[in-house]
Amino acid sequence: MLRREIPIFLAMIVGWFMVGEFFFPWAEAGGTEVQQMAVIITAASVVLGVANVIRINLLKVSRREKDWQYAMLLLAGIALMGFLGTVLPVVHAAVHGGAWKLGGFGLAGITSGTLFDRLYNRVYVPLSATMYGLLAFYIASAAFRAFRVRTPEAALLAVAAIIVMIGRVPIGEKIWDGIPLLTDWIMNVPNLAAKRAILIGAALGGIATGLKILLGIERNFLGSD
Amino acid sequence: MSLTKRIEALDRRWIFLLMLLAMSFPLIVHITLPLRVTPEGRGFYESIEKLQSGDIVYLASDYDPGGKAELDPMLLAALDHLFRKNVKIVGATLWPAGSPLLERAYNAVAPKYNKTYGVDYVHLGFKEGKENVMVQLGKSIREVFPTDYYGTKLDSLPLMHSGLNGTPIDKLNDTKLLVNISIGYPGTREWVQQVRSRFNLPMVSGCAAVSAPEYYPYVQSGQLAGLLGGLAGAAEYEQMIDRPGWGVTGMAAQSLAHVTIALLIVLGNVMYFWNRRKGASRS
Repeated sequence: MLRREIPIFLAMIVGWFMVGEFFFPWAEAGGTEVQQMAVIITAASVVLGVANVIRINLLKVSRREKDWQYAMLLLAGIALMGFLGTVLPVVHAAVHGGAWKLGGFGLAGITSGTLFDRLYNRVYVPLSATMYGLLAFYIASAAFRAFRVRTPEAALLAVAAIIVMIGRVPIGEKIWDGIPLLTDWIMNVPNLAAKRAILIGAALGGIATGLKILLGIERNFLGSD
Repeated sequence: MSLTKRIEALDRRWIFLLMLLAMSFPLIVHITLPLRVTPEGRGFYESIEKLQSGDIVYLASDYDPGGKAELDPMLLAALDHLFRKNVKIVGATLWPAGSPLLERAYNAVAPKYNKTYGVDYVHLGFKEGKENVMVQLGKSIREVFPTDYYGTKLDSLPLMHSGLNGTPIDKLNDTKLLVNISIGYPGTREWVQQVRSRFNLPMVSGCAAVSAPEYYPYVQSGQLAGLLGGLAGAAEYEQMIDRPGWGVTGMAAQSLAHVTIALLIVLGNVMYFWNRRKGASRS
C-alpha cells in the first residue's frame, strides 16, 4: 500500500505547492524550495544515468556481445572525459597545485585552453556536427524513394513541402517572386492554425492530467507494478 | 530493365553524390544570393536594436554541437549586434554540451569590441534541471548559479552589480530581454511557457529550421517578439546587421540543396507513375 499511497501523496503536496504559489504569497517560499529540490534531484538523476550507461556497457563488454568494441570505446570516452573534467579539477583544487599542463594544455578544468576543451572541440564537435549534417543526405535519399503521391493528402503534403522548401531559400524568389509569399501564407495560416490547435489541445490535456494528479486520481505515472 | 525503372531504383550513393555536389559547388565558387527579410526576422532585429547602451540581456544558448551549423551563425551575429550596441550579456546554457560553444562564441566576438569578461559579459555555464532552472532564474540567478563557468563567485563580477543605481542583477526581470538560441528541449517553447508569460520578460528566439513552424503561434500571439528560423533566419539577420558570415555564405548551398531535394521528389514520383502506367498497360 505504502509503495503507491506515499508517492501519490507526495505528488499531490508538491503539485499544490506549485499551484498555490501563484495565488498565495505565503506559499511562494514553499514553491521555491520544492523547485530547488527538483533541480537537485534532476542533477542527481544525471549521475544515476551515467552509472547506468557504464553498468550496461560493462556487461556488454564482459559478455562479448555484438559490437562490444563500441561499448569499450564509449567506456573509454566516459573514463577519459570524466577524469579530465571531474576528478582532476577536484584533485587540483584539493592540493592547491600550480598550472598542470600537458602539451601546452591545462589538465585540470573544462574551460578554453584545457585538454578537456581541446578534445571537445577536436573530437566531439566534428563528430556531433557530422551526425547532424548526414541528415541532409538521408533526407534527400528518403525523399526520392519514399515520398510517393499516392493519395490526395500526400499530394497536398508534397506540394506544400516543395513550396516551403523553395520559398524559404533565396533561390525561390529568383525562380518566381510569388513563392516566398506562398510560403509565408502556408506558414502563417494553415501551419499556424494546426500548430495552435495542437498546442491548445495539449495544454487542455495537461491541465486535465495535472488536476487528476492533484486530486490523487491519476496513478499512471507510478508505473504498472 | 528499362531506363525509367533503373532511375526509380537508383542507388542511394548517386543521390548522396548529387547532394554533395549541390552543396559544395556554391561554397567553392562563392555564389551569393540576395536575401529576403521576413517580419519574424525583422522582429528579432528590432528587439535588440531598441535596447539602450548599458542595458542587460539574458542569453540562453541552448544547443550542442549537433546544432552548430545552423545556430552558431545566429549566436555570433546576436553577440555582434549586442556588443555593438554596448549591451551587457548574462549568458548560460541548459544543454550539457552547450557551455564550450557559448565560450567560443564570446571569445570570437568580444575582442572585436574590446569587451571585458565580468564587466560586459558573463558566462554562467550549465545547470541541469530544465524548466525548474528557468523558473528559479526568474526568482534568483544566484541561487541557481552561485558561481560562473570559471568558478568565480557571481558577487565578485561587476556586471552582476550593474543594475539600476548599482543594484545587483539577480532575477531575469533585472534584464531587458531574453535572447534564446535553441535547437530543441529545453528551449524556446519551455522559455515561453515558464518565463515569458510568468515573469513578463520580452523574448526573441533563434531556432533550428525544423522547430520554427512550432513557434509561429508564439510570434503571432506576441509572446515572441521575433523569430529566426534555421540558417535562412541567421542569414537574414546577418544581412540586417550588415555582418555577412556563415549564414549568408551557407544560403547558396542550402538553396541548391533544397532545389535538389524538391527535384528528387518530383523525379521519384514521375518515374513511379510512369512505370506503374507502363505496367498496367502491359497487363
